[in-house]
Amino acid sequence: MNLDKILGEIEKHDPEVYNKLDTRRHAMKSFARVGGRVALAAVPLALGAMFQKSYAQTPGSATILNVLNYALTLEYLEAEFYATAVTKFAQIGVPAGAAQAAITKLANDESAHVIFLKTAITAGFGASSVTPKPTFDLSGGNGSGTGPFAMAFSNYGLFLAVAQTFEDTGVRAYKGRAQELVGGGDYLTAALNIHSVEARHAAHIRSMRNALNIASGNAVSLVPAGITVKPWITLSQSGIDTPAVQASYDGAVPESTTTQAGVAITGIAAGITTTAASECFDEPLTAAEVLAIIDPFIV
Amino acid sequence: MTKNKALENQALMEHDSGKGAFSRRNFLSFLGASTGVAVLAAACSKNDVEDPNMGVDLGSGDVGILNYAYALEQLEAAFYTQVIASSTNGLSVTEAARFNDIKLHEVAHREFFKAALGSNAIPALDVNFTSINFSDRTSIITTAAAFENLGVSAYNGAGRLLKSADYLLLAGKIVSVEGRHAAYINDLITPGSFAKDTDSNGLDISRTPPQVLAIAGAYIKTKINASNLPS
Repeated sequence: MNLDKILGEIEKHDPEVYNKLDTRRHAMKSFARVGGRVALAAVPLALGAMFQKSYAQTPGSATILNVLNYALTLEYLEAEFYATAVTKFAQIGVPAGAAQAAITKLANDESAHVIFLKTAITAGFGASSVTPKPTFDLSGGNGSGTGPFAMAFSNYGLFLAVAQTFEDTGVRAYKGRAQELVGGGDYLTAALNIHSVEARHAAHIRSMRNALNIASGNAVSLVPAGITVKPWITLSQSGIDTPAVQASYDGAVPESTTTQAGVAITGIAAGITTTAASECFDEPLTAAEVLAIIDPFIV
Repeated sequence: MTKNKALENQALMEHDSGKGAFSRRNFLSFLGASTGVAVLAAACSKNDVEDPNMGVDLGSGDVGILNYAYALEQLEAAFYTQVIASSTNGLSVTEAARFNDIKLHEVAHREFFKAALGSNAIPALDVNFTSINFSDRTSIITTAAAFENLGVSAYNGAGRLLKSADYLLLAGKIVSVEGRHAAYINDLITPGSFAKDTDSNGLDISRTPPQVLAIAGAYIKTKINASNLPS
C-alpha cells in the first residue's frame, strides 16, 4: 500500500479534502463527548453525520435530518395505531392466536422504529432536533374523532384495511425519499432496512385481509367483490371498498405504472401482462403526497 | 501497511505542529489519531492484483451493481420457472397461483435489467439446482424463502454502493416487491414469520455483495468475478 497514492486519489476527487478535515476533526471531538450517551446501534449513524459535513456529494445534514424526521412522523402514526390496537383486541375483534400475534409483532416493530429514529437523530443532530410526536386522530378526522376510520377499533375488517393502507403508504413514503439519501451510507442503509420491513408488514396484512375475505365475505373484509388482495399491489387497486384510501395507491407515479427507466415492462417476456408488470415494481410517493394522506390523522 | 510505513507515519505525526492550513501531513496525523484503521484498510483492498480468468466480470461502479442485481434476478427467475414447470411441485392451487405471480415478477426483473444494461449486461448465467427437489413442496418453499430473504438483504446492502439516485430508486421499487415475496413465503413455512429476521431496532438485514455471492454461489455454476464492484 502506498499512502501517497491513496492521498493523491482522494485529492483528485476532492482537492479541498485537507481543509474539510478540520471540520471533521472538530466533529470527532464532539462525538467523543456525546458518544457515551448514544445507544450502540446509532453510533455508525452518528459517525456518518459527521462525515457528511466533509463531502458535498453525499446528502447534506439538513436533508438527512429532514428525511429522518419525516420517517419518524410516519412511524409515530403507525406505532400509535398498533399500540392502540393491542389494548383493544377484543373490541376490534382480532382473533386470538396468529392474528393477535401478528398485530403485536407489528406494534413491536413500529415502536422499535420510533425509538431507533429518535436515537439516530439525537446522536447525529442533538435531542432538540427530534420532531415531537403529533397528537393523532386515528379516525382520520383531523381531531373530530369522527373521520372515515372512526370504527377501526371496533370493526376488524376496517382495522385491517387501515393497517394495510398505512403499511403500503409507508413503503411508498420511504421509497419516495430514499433518493435524497443517495451516498448517505449508514443513514441510507438504515432507511432501506426499515423500508423492506414495511413491505413485509404490508404483505402480511394483505394476506390477513385475503384470509378474512375468504372466511367471512366482502361485507366483513371490505375487499370489493371480484378483487383478490394479494401480498403485492395489483395495478392501483387498494382492494378496499372505500375511495378514502385511494390516494395511497395513486399519485404522480401511480402503483399501476408499467414503464421503468424507459423500459416497457408489459410484454417484456412471455406472460408479463399489465397486471404482472404493475405488481413487480412498487412505486414511490412524494413527501407532499404522503403528508396529504396523513394530514387527516394529525390534530 | 508495512512496518516502515507505520514508522514513517508515526514520525510524521510527531513532527506535525498542528498549526496552519491542513496538509497531507496533518491528514496522516489525523488518520493515525482516529479513523485510520478503517479508511486505510479500505484503501489497501483496491490494490489487489486481478486475475483475468476469474469468470464473468460484473464490472465496476453503478453498472457493476446493476449486473449484480441482474445476476440475482437471473437466479430467482430460473428457480421459479423450474418450480412452475414441475407438475409435481406439491403446491396448492392458491400457492401455485402466487408462485406463478412471483415467477412473472422475477422474469420481468431479469428482463428489465437485461434491457436497461444493454451492451453492459453480463451473459446469461448457468444455474446449479441439484440440491433442490422440485417434486417436494418443502424443498421448494425453503429454497424460495432463502432466495427472497437473500435478495432483500442484497438490495438493502447494495443501495449505499450506488452513485445514481435514479438507480437507487429503481432498486427501491424492486426490493419492496422482493420483501413482499419474502414475507409471503416465510408465512408459508411458519405462519407469522413474515419479518422474523428483524433486529431489536425493527430493521431488516442487509448484506454486502461478497456476503450475498458466497451464499448464492452454491446455486450458480458460472464463475462470477465481483472483484471490481464498489465496496
